[in-house]
Amino acid sequence: MSTPTSTGTTTRPTTAPAARSTERVTLGKALNLGLRRALEGDPTVLLMGEDIGRLGGVFRVTDGLQKDFGPDRVVDTPLAESGIVGTAIGLALRGYRPVCEIQFDGFVFPAFDQITTMLAKMHYRSRGRLSLPVVIRIPYGGGIGAVEHHSESPEVLFAHTAGLRVVTPATPGDAYTMMQEAIASPDPVIFLEPKARYWDKAEVDLGRTTGDGLDRARVVRRGTDVTLVAHGPAVTTALRAAEAAAQDGTSIEVVDLRTISPLDTATVADSVRRTGRCVVVHEAPTLYGTGSEVAARIGEACFYHLEAPVLRVGGFHTPYPVSRLEHDYLPSVERVLEAVDRSLAH
Amino acid sequence: MTPTDLPRPRPGNGSTPERTPAGTAPLTPSGSPEPELVQLLTPAGERVEHPTYSARVAHLDADALRGLYRDMVLVRRFDTEATALQRQGELGLYAPLLGQEAAQVGSGRALAPQDYVFPSYREHGVAHTRGLDLTDILKQFRGIDHGGWDPRAHHFHLYTLVIGSHTLHATGYAMGVQRDGLVGTGDPTRDTAVVAYFGDGATSQGDTNEALVFAAVNNAPVVLFCQNNQWAISEPTDRQTRVPLVERGRGFGVPSVRVDGNDVLAVHAVTLEALERARSGGGPTFVEAYTYRMGAHTTSDDPTRYRSAAEEEEWRAKDPIDRLRTHLAALGELPEAFLESVAAEADALGKHVRATVRAMQAPQKPTMFDHVYATPNAVVDDERAWFTEYEAAFEDAPATGGAR
Repeated sequence: MSTPTSTGTTTRPTTAPAARSTERVTLGKALNLGLRRALEGDPTVLLMGEDIGRLGGVFRVTDGLQKDFGPDRVVDTPLAESGIVGTAIGLALRGYRPVCEIQFDGFVFPAFDQITTMLAKMHYRSRGRLSLPVVIRIPYGGGIGAVEHHSESPEVLFAHTAGLRVVTPATPGDAYTMMQEAIASPDPVIFLEPKARYWDKAEVDLGRTTGDGLDRARVVRRGTDVTLVAHGPAVTTALRAAEAAAQDGTSIEVVDLRTISPLDTATVADSVRRTGRCVVVHEAPTLYGTGSEVAARIGEACFYHLEAPVLRVGGFHTPYPVSRLEHDYLPSVERVLEAVDRSLAH
Repeated sequence: MTPTDLPRPRPGNGSTPERTPAGTAPLTPSGSPEPELVQLLTPAGERVEHPTYSARVAHLDADALRGLYRDMVLVRRFDTEATALQRQGELGLYAPLLGQEAAQVGSGRALAPQDYVFPSYREHGVAHTRGLDLTDILKQFRGIDHGGWDPRAHHFHLYTLVIGSHTLHATGYAMGVQRDGLVGTGDPTRDTAVVAYFGDGATSQGDTNEALVFAAVNNAPVVLFCQNNQWAISEPTDRQTRVPLVERGRGFGVPSVRVDGNDVLAVHAVTLEALERARSGGGPTFVEAYTYRMGAHTTSDDPTRYRSAAEEEEWRAKDPIDRLRTHLAALGELPEAFLESVAAEADALGKHVRATVRAMQAPQKPTMFDHVYATPNAVVDDERAWFTEYEAAFEDAPATGGAR
């Protein structure tokens, strides 16, 4: 450990430097800062979950927030997911904006009933009289060597339920603004956090409370030969595949979906009309997955522009395998490139 | 061991204890004494005193008692009319409350305007006390609305059909009341309590048990009001529990009381106590209102398949309206003019219910796309646009007399 070499003699600037609004932070820290900003900006915002207070959450996403905002706003709840979401619904009916943390993807199912039968439908069944601005944060996806129930990708189970928004940031910048936008949304939001990317770093403009919203996909790499569509943790995989393909002279465009519900078909279709080819990549099983929906919609929207069928790269129709095999289950750069080659061969 | 050899606990609902040691309270299957049943009005209509709860209803004069009688008669008339409308094909389904009038009116009339109710789907009597036009409730049963009223207008949430789910909503709402600083202010017009109504079957649901946990550890100002009407469709209470349901609350550290649910005075007294505890910062209460579903679970149900006429007859003798009527008559406080005016009011309500329900029209088709989200949604908008265009195609088509 270094010791100070000069004490009390440091030259200090006479005026404080202008607050830098851009900082290089991890995705996890960006979420933490987004939550902090929402707590500061709106006294009705509450965080609820298991171990989120004193511990700061098992991934430390809520680190330091209970200390600064107190145990009534950053609430360590009993260990009961249905109870967390059910009481969050009640708090929302009373005018609060609860943000629930589900500790891991595989533990959301005790709350599945409250989310799909109650949270999703309250606005509809009250004919718009009631709104439930509740955010359900779920660390999801694999690749971290975890035990079972800790690596799943349940996004379509929620996307299939009308009334829920289902979004997933892939970058620290999106994590920061989408978290704030999700909390501000009058609709319930399933907020899926790619846990394998919690430690990815990027420059984030901390002066912003809004970004590109919760409705739109984004083209994150321009290309001309094939469109890769990905979301959450698979966006990084797609970008790596695009980089590798570029070495071989193939120009790949990458679309980060950002939102699973609503699905921004227009942005994907616009890309596919230019490239003529589309490969969808995600960690969730391909059967009835997001890729299946993208394929169906792109087939309808871009039939005369397609040079090849839309292909899917994702998990298999198996339970999530043991961690020693997960890298053969998850879509890898190699498997993405294999699909790109198949598409180009048509 | 074959399934029929499985040891079976004795019935735990307290109605027919098999063995009562001399001089002691009957034992429940768990070995604990049969819990006290708070009662102020016997089935014969005789007023009895209770060391704790008599004082809670001492303020009720003859006018107030007649008010409770009127409420129960009106609610029963509504129930009769709605059941008839279902039989006539005007409603797809109806869930009668017959027999539970005292449990609902007695508790509902204990509420303050600022209190908030989370009903199950049979709480028509509570709805009446909250000032709803009861025909709004029938919109759901006629198939024209999933709700039917503005919950905030009467502090009466929409019915919840998934058993027990709303116990958590009530608890969360009560946690919000705490954060609003509306507990223990000492101002009776501001201090707020929340009540969740549910049945004996719901006590088996995880959500109800989680609600008890969350309510207890948060000291939430919520009353978990269980109407034990003895039957969860075809399953008697001993298929839900081997201890009296009132013990469930105690197990969570929540003050709990079992009350004669067909005794409107006792229900009122017990509810007032529970609400006062909630409003003053004393936390949650579990109430087991011991009552009976005299009718079917719903109009689609057939109770003759699972319970005896003798049992129904036994409970008919404990009718909640009859006993208050007997009590008022004994007091000399049941003038003919009052009975006539209540009968006329009930007739008018019946007429209103029939006319209003029959006039209820199905909503316009495209409204099925409304309010899926509070914000614009491209997927829903696209589907609405397609559907509208599809429908318009039929309007443009030449009339050929063929079926659409």
